[in-house]
Amino acid sequence: MAALDDGFEALLEPFYNGKKLTDPISTTQDKFHLVPAFLKVKGLVKQHIDSYNYFVNEEIKDIVRANRVVRSDQDPNFWLEFRDIRVGMPTRTEDGEQVQSRNPVTPMECRLRDLTYAAPVEVDIAYTRDKNVIVRKNIPLCRIPVMLKSAKCYLNGATNAQMEVFNECPLDPGGYFVIGGTEKVILIQEQLSKNRIIVEADEKTGGVMASVTSSTHERKSKTYVVLKKDRIVLQHNTLSEPIPIVIVLKAFGGLSDNDIIELVCGGDARYQDDFLINFDEAGRAGVYTQQQALEYVGARVKMGGNRPKFGAAPRRNHAEEGLDALANLVIAHVTVEGLDFYPKAVYIAMMVRRVLMAAQNPKLVDDRDFVGNKRLELAGQLISLLFEDLFKKFISDVKYNIDNFFKKPNRTSTYDPHGAIMANGHYISHGLNRAIQSGNWTVKRFNMNRAGITHVLSRLSYIAALGMMTRISSQFEKTRKVSGPRALQPSQWGMLCTSDTPEGEACGLVKNLALMTHITTNVPEEPVKKMIFAADESVGPIREYTGTEMHSKGSYIIHLNGTPFAVTREPKRFAARFRTLRRRGWVSPFVSIHINEHFSAVHIATDEGRICRPYIIVKNGKSMLKAEHLKMLQLGQATFDTFLTSGVVEYLDVNEENDTLVALQEDQITNSTTHMEIEPFTILGAVAGLIPFPHHNQSPRNTYQCAMGKQAIGAIAYNQFNRIDTLLYTLVYPQRPMVITKTIQLIHYDKLPAGQNATVVVMSYSGYDIEDALVLNKASLDRGFGRCQVFRKYTAELQGYTNGRRDRVGGIMKDEDDKPIVKHAILDADGLAQVGSKVESGQTMIKKETPLDQISTGIAGDRGSDDYRDASTNYRISDPAIIDKVMISVNERENKLIKVQTRQTRRPELGDKFSSRHGQKGVVGIIVNEEDMPFSDKGLRPDIIMNPHGFPSRMTVGKLFECLTGKASVIAGEKDYGFGDAFRSHPVESMGQALIDHGFSWEGKDYFTSGITGEPMEAYIYNGPIFYQRLKHMVQDKMHSRSRGPRAILTRQPTEGRSRDGGLRLGEMERDCLIAYGASQLLLERLMISSDGTELDVCQECGLFGYKGYCNACKSTRNVTQMTMPYACKLLVQELISMNVGVKLKLEDEFPHPR
Amino acid sequence: MGSSKKQTAVPVRTKVPSPEEVEKRNTVHINAETVTNVTSTDFPGFYPGEDHSWDIEKFRESVRVVFHQNDPYEAQFSLIGVDASIANAFRRIMIADIPTLAIEDIFMWNNTSVIQDEVLGHRLGLIPFTGGKEGLHNFLKWYKKGETPCDYNTVELELKVKCENNESAPADSKDPKELYHNAHVYAKDIKFVPKGRQAKYFSGENAIRPTNPDILVAKMRPGQEIDLTMHMHKGVGSDHAKFSPVATASYRLMPTITILEPILGRDAEKFQKCFPEGVIGLEKVTKEEAKKKGSGYEGHEGELKAVVLDAMRDTVSRECLRHDEFKDKVKLGRRRDHFIYLVESTGQWESDAIFLESIAHLKEKAKRFEKQVVNMVQ
Repeated sequence: MAALDDGFEALLEPFYNGKKLTDPISTTQDKFHLVPAFLKVKGLVKQHIDSYNYFVNEEIKDIVRANRVVRSDQDPNFWLEFRDIRVGMPTRTEDGEQVQSRNPVTPMECRLRDLTYAAPVEVDIAYTRDKNVIVRKNIPLCRIPVMLKSAKCYLNGATNAQMEVFNECPLDPGGYFVIGGTEKVILIQEQLSKNRIIVEADEKTGGVMASVTSSTHERKSKTYVVLKKDRIVLQHNTLSEPIPIVIVLKAFGGLSDNDIIELVCGGDARYQDDFLINFDEAGRAGVYTQQQALEYVGARVKMGGNRPKFGAAPRRNHAEEGLDALANLVIAHVTVEGLDFYPKAVYIAMMVRRVLMAAQNPKLVDDRDFVGNKRLELAGQLISLLFEDLFKKFISDVKYNIDNFFKKPNRTSTYDPHGAIMANGHYISHGLNRAIQSGNWTVKRFNMNRAGITHVLSRLSYIAALGMMTRISSQFEKTRKVSGPRALQPSQWGMLCTSDTPEGEACGLVKNLALMTHITTNVPEEPVKKMIFAADESVGPIREYTGTEMHSKGSYIIHLNGTPFAVTREPKRFAARFRTLRRRGWVSPFVSIHINEHFSAVHIATDEGRICRPYIIVKNGKSMLKAEHLKMLQLGQATFDTFLTSGVVEYLDVNEENDTLVALQEDQITNSTTHMEIEPFTILGAVAGLIPFPHHNQSPRNTYQCAMGKQAIGAIAYNQFNRIDTLLYTLVYPQRPMVITKTIQLIHYDKLPAGQNATVVVMSYSGYDIEDALVLNKASLDRGFGRCQVFRKYTAELQGYTNGRRDRVGGIMKDEDDKPIVKHAILDADGLAQVGSKVESGQTMIKKETPLDQISTGIAGDRGSDDYRDASTNYRISDPAIIDKVMISVNERENKLIKVQTRQTRRPELGDKFSSRHGQKGVVGIIVNEEDMPFSDKGLRPDIIMNPHGFPSRMTVGKLFECLTGKASVIAGEKDYGFGDAFRSHPVESMGQALIDHGFSWEGKDYFTSGITGEPMEAYIYNGPIFYQRLKHMVQDKMHSRSRGPRAILTRQPTEGRSRDGGLRLGEMERDCLIAYGASQLLLERLMISSDGTELDVCQECGLFGYKGYCNACKSTRNVTQMTMPYACKLLVQELISMNVGVKLKLEDEFPHPR
Repeated sequence: MGSSKKQTAVPVRTKVPSPEEVEKRNTVHINAETVTNVTSTDFPGFYPGEDHSWDIEKFRESVRVVFHQNDPYEAQFSLIGVDASIANAFRRIMIADIPTLAIEDIFMWNNTSVIQDEVLGHRLGLIPFTGGKEGLHNFLKWYKKGETPCDYNTVELELKVKCENNESAPADSKDPKELYHNAHVYAKDIKFVPKGRQAKYFSGENAIRPTNPDILVAKMRPGQEIDLTMHMHKGVGSDHAKFSPVATASYRLMPTITILEPILGRDAEKFQKCFPEGVIGLEKVTKEEAKKKGSGYEGHEGELKAVVLDAMRDTVSRECLRHDEFKDKVKLGRRRDHFIYLVESTGQWESDAIFLESIAHLKEKAKRFEKQVVNMVQ
């Protein structure tokens, strides 16, 4: 078998029991093979990449098509049309100009040179010139940042060998951007679904409200249908007051009162009774006809807002106003063609019906937290929002330019839009760059202003980077104390990781995708519409039905993306047939269909951002996945997509999931089963997948590990030593965990691990192990356990100034003996630090100098100083480091760019933090000599001694299992033993047997001898290998003390924080203690003498500050006396005085001098 | 109390413990979940009312050393008849106090490999070296920090390798070891540079060389180069693990297995499986045994019974205590004064010599301590 090069060797690896390719395949045991097959097709961050690809390939064209033509207000004969738009492959630029180069720009080059990995966008235009149509192609418009591994990236589809050539890590997931040298991720944004009706009950007033957020390319608006005091009204933010619903329905026209009540209530008398009162409302308002209704609505449309900016819009009457509002603003996503308001009327009637139903039966309200009611916004959607906004701005700029040109009465040339496009295009580039760089998403037309959309990709560890790619952030306010959105929703099963969420304020709001989750992209509606009619003969367009027919028992309305579209009386048959079409590949696999019995509705969804995942199809109690499918998979004759179109697997979104009965295992299949899980461990995400035996742990422990796995030091990428990161932690000897999971193999954590297999004994030792402290073996540290390296980056840019002067490097200062001074001891002749030299605190690494004169023009004797000012980059950390790399390059502005990387190698010391994979963190409490360590019969001495008190309250049984499984696999030499997957781990009994077979105790507890006394321990001691992670929190980075030091300028109090060599604050509560205790002298010392005490002159006469024993107000020295007070107090007094608040100090002797 | 003794002036009667009592005292009990009787008395080997006064003759008689295996790099032997404190002292000294030579200072002239200077240094330091014993133990002396390195306290080593393309590599080869020269740097690439009198002590087969020549030090690719000089000094394991003369030095107590009631037939076979091979044997119950009343063998003639063959091989997994069949039929224990040592040398000392050296060290320490005690008493 040829060695595969795609990193998916795990696909062909046996799972348990050393099964080979030739061995018989059982679908029960080996159906997990679909997981790697899925990941091979979809990848861990495929959601991002798919979404971006959809944007650059399709949506960008749609956006341009929608804003295709620019016309001039001045010259009606002129038009400019954008006929096509294309995104190219990434290129280099110099000073904003595209440059031709022989080799393509790589992401690595961008990272190192602080460039932006962006591709040029070109447009084809056509415009008129004197009644001729001129067509010009490939006009550069702008540059857009390219997502790594997307269709527009050179890394797309690259093999491992090609990735190496690009200096890229083959295991890097991609899905992020490189902007100005930093890696930026656009987090997945969670939102309530658009264009769907959500019915909610207001518990206080007992009112019911149906709302829908309409989202179209032009605008977003929210429409409410509210039941309040038995009356139903429609609210919209462009309407100044709620409008009785019957008036709205009448305004649509063509509906009699009977039509209205039929549309809303059907034949149901209960709803009719409830609804009838609303007709009175219309009558009371004097609205009987469409014209009256339109006038009523029009009178209540808010002025302003959607007026065109230039030129006075023709004044419209109320009826026109109302018509416009109803057509374009209310429920904007239901489009009105011609003046056909019928679909809109049906939609609003449906909302009213939902309100009435919910009022009758409170169970029929919707759950906002239901995952099926959520949509996830990905990079592509967010960029497309931004791009559309920027493109519209660009269009208006171009139009302005055109108008300006044609305004001139006597032109000398014909108009060429090329210049305007070139000139305004870079606003798009800048807008995109700035948004991704800052994370501030400002979309003017939606009044959207969101911050924190993008984050710098955390490269602390491989897992941290991966975890960031699957993270979902919610728009919910973090401060609100509501449990609903934070709680674990049952519908999250298999879609969102149950364990991976942060603790604290963002708990439950920030979520992570599970391993097999896919997020849909938009599927065009039109073909689906055709398929709906083709699927079943019982389906008829909604227009052909009256309200009573629609709502009669047994009639089901088919909704397409929430909008009523057709009616059927055979919903089950229709759904089954539609599914068959999907399983055969006639309809996109990401179109979902489900039946809602409560509302007699069939819902078909094609929109983007739905969360879905694949299942194995079960038909007539038989799994459609057969052994031959897996065989084909193993032989490479089939991919996951083959199974999608051959009816073996299909994607279900959360809503459709509710229509199914899913069996976990093949033996649980009954006749009513419709689907089977591919693999239960996929309910966890990538980060939680690292935990062995997670199903044996108390659930918060798994959550803690998810947070800590991201802080673990290890290997971050294969190219880690080629990168120059601001801060990089690496472990010197990372190890593959002894006990792994299938997820670990799938995400390649076994290739980029972050931790080491420590031999742990669980016992009490020395008392330095209380409160989770660890005892470490000194010899293990000598031999390299936990040794890590810390790399830091220092950058300098040599800028050029307008007067032609430039920053420079060099100018090492020498002492009398012509040796460099200590500060410059490690500098080379070029003014840069020597690679390999040791740099101590205060020493210079980059001897940069800037010219004193940066503004003089040099014209006519305007010549400034020729001197240079030192602007060197110095090493400021107290512990020395070694210069690891020095890079000299040129950035996009054509300035010289210097990067220096320093390296520290650290061995674990007292207080460094370690953690196992079960949320059990601890600091090093003592480091013990090897001879003092307990030893077993075999002479084994532990690396770590862990206190047994860590177990009872934490209930991390998984850790015990990891230890036992690890021990058995080490002793038996069986790599395959060490699997601890969720819900299908290796049985612990067989581990015990393996131990017995090799002469150990079955329960993993062995006889140990104390290394100190030499006598046996009175208990048998649990021992074995446990994977320990070294966390990034190290004493060396936190240790801090100060006696004297710098003070803040303003208050003269000691500075704050370690980085500023600050003091340790004696805070309010400590102050309270001292007061209560009566330690007044200590108080005085801490708060005054050691802080900001100042000697001041105060005039006893006027109560103001004097100066040098003289009061300037009283013009005398008579009553001026000296006193000590905090400088901050003096500052307060003076600031108050400056604000015209009089402050006078009245002095009094507490112990008057006896006269 | 002392005064009352004087008054009665009865000659001290010394109790003589019964053999069962001696056996009991000398056994650490191995129970299913606990180990009991682990600590000796406050004065090890002394019991009230008995005469256990120390006598060199008695000591000489009781102490024995039996070697089970004695290879240069691995030795197993029993030390019988001493207290745990003494046995442990030997173990501790072997690990931490016996000096060996290891790379301590490195002068990195050039290192263009991917492995960083400190990491390379750390790896080199941990490589165990061997050489002429006479020179190592007697000629070489301690090196004091700051002292000038001399032939009697410093050994110089050199590592100079450059990776280059191998022109004669097979065309289809993908193995870096074939494609390039020096793609892998091994411990054997380290060259000893004799200085002064070192040539006398460390020549020929006595040359200083890595114990395990195939330890991988670094990997390189064409164009990379490592060029460094190393200084070896003597040090002890308590300073850094690289100076420890042993990979491991440990002991275990001699296991005892006492079959209290006969274990027969199927049970006997199961019982045998509870122990590592060779610990328990199966024998046929003889006619005589079967005749004997109250032995538990009545009517079982010809059946298999479990007998203890070699308790030393037992790993004390307590597996037999897990099964109800053997409840109260077997008693596990360990002999308190029988230490089975396992010493694995890293090469600078013969395994047995390490033990002897540890005795010498303990003697030194005792002498030093004696001086202190004498001082204290004065």
